[in-house]
Amino acid sequence: MSEYLSILKYYRDPNLAKALRFKIAELAKKIEENIMIMHVCGSHEWTITHYGIRSLLPENVEVRAGPGCPVCITPATDIDDAAKLALDGVVVATYGDMTRARGTRMSLEEARALGGDVRVIYGVQDAVRMARREPNKDFLFFAVGMDTTAPATAFEMIKGVPENLSFLVSYRYTPAIQGSVMESNVLGIDAFISAGHSVTVTGLKPYYEYFLKSKKPMVATGFEPIDVLMAIYMILKQIDEGRPRIENEYTRSVTWEGNVKAQEVMDRVFDLEDGYVRGVAVFPRAGFRLKEEFRGKDARAQYGIRDRTKTQDEYVAGARCGEVVMGLIDPPECPLYRKTCKPEDPKGAPMVSQEGTCWIWATHRIVNVSPRCRR
Amino acid sequence: MCVAFPGKVVEITGDFGKVDFGNGTVRDNILLSLVNAKVGDYVLVHAGYAIQVVDEEEAVRTVEIWNEMTKDLPQEKKRQDFNEIVGGGE
Repeated sequence: MSEYLSILKYYRDPNLAKALRFKIAELAKKIEENIMIMHVCGSHEWTITHYGIRSLLPENVEVRAGPGCPVCITPATDIDDAAKLALDGVVVATYGDMTRARGTRMSLEEARALGGDVRVIYGVQDAVRMARREPNKDFLFFAVGMDTTAPATAFEMIKGVPENLSFLVSYRYTPAIQGSVMESNVLGIDAFISAGHSVTVTGLKPYYEYFLKSKKPMVATGFEPIDVLMAIYMILKQIDEGRPRIENEYTRSVTWEGNVKAQEVMDRVFDLEDGYVRGVAVFPRAGFRLKEEFRGKDARAQYGIRDRTKTQDEYVAGARCGEVVMGLIDPPECPLYRKTCKPEDPKGAPMVSQEGTCWIWATHRIVNVSPRCRR
Repeated sequence: MCVAFPGKVVEITGDFGKVDFGNGTVRDNILLSLVNAKVGDYVLVHAGYAIQVVDEEEAVRTVEIWNEMTKDLPQEKKRQDFNEIVGGGE
């Protein structure tokens, strides 16, 4: 392989990292105040933890993980519904991580152990293919993820899916989630690193309305270590200049308009409605609902599933998953972390997914909380 | 769910295509219709579909800009000033 993949090695260049660390330290010293930055993507958390970026930052700059792991934010009730259908004889197809997250009663993996037919797939097209190949069975695609994932499902629906395949839609809209956090001052976040691949699809445009209200710096960023350091530098520069704006560091992928084709198919199939983020809150306009035209494919209508998105969520007793998801605490502050809740035997959703903060911290053997400038 | 990997399009058949992720990993059946990809382009693949064609020129330009903005910091000076600013060992 050549070209692009060989260019990527510069995005991990240690000399560049040293130079940027210097520039960040310089700016942070000038600003003096404490700066709290939140990112909203599990992959960013992985880069930050794996490359030890927190240890490179000055004392008054802190990066926190926000709600950006799809498995963590999928409501327990949706997992319960999928598990129940699996036990009732419907073939449930979903992504690998999702089968291990527990609802209020069981995970899909446990449903399979009890005799349910649960299949792990890579993309929605695998579910379509399976349903075509086995027309005598009923299939359910458990559609979890963010706006990054939704367009592929929308595309298949427009193209036409087999009669025996229905969809349990649990997608969440990242701009609405990040936007709500931007507008709220409860968490005291000063600036945001936006999820690079979600912004690739939605574009920076939907963030504008939230930016106008909050006037907080925001940078769309890639997933290599220099990308993240660069974003932190750009944020500090904005704060130093006293001129907050929406900036794009991930120019090789992100544009203002985004992937218009993907947005069009999404708009044709889905409407936005209030969406519940597990263990946290209902966010306005953060959930996806199938449009009237495609309601026949909606598993909630087909199997008579009551809409319970606003019900209370149940975690294992003592677990503090919701607080981890919102970046209020670090995983080691949860009493179950690396004790009863481990990557090989997860109790809470953030320990299941490779994008969950707990999974990332635990697999990197982190036992101490990170230094916090504001506690 | 932002995990997406860059890979090179090696074959296109209708809506779908074959993508080479390097190190011998080639995946068939990747949905390419939501981007304007040609054979030879690098695409970012997420959950079985391409979300974007990578702008290679832009990727090179980014590195050039980074080198430009850090070139006034020679290694030695970098280390010395750094110790002054952050204190402690590098």
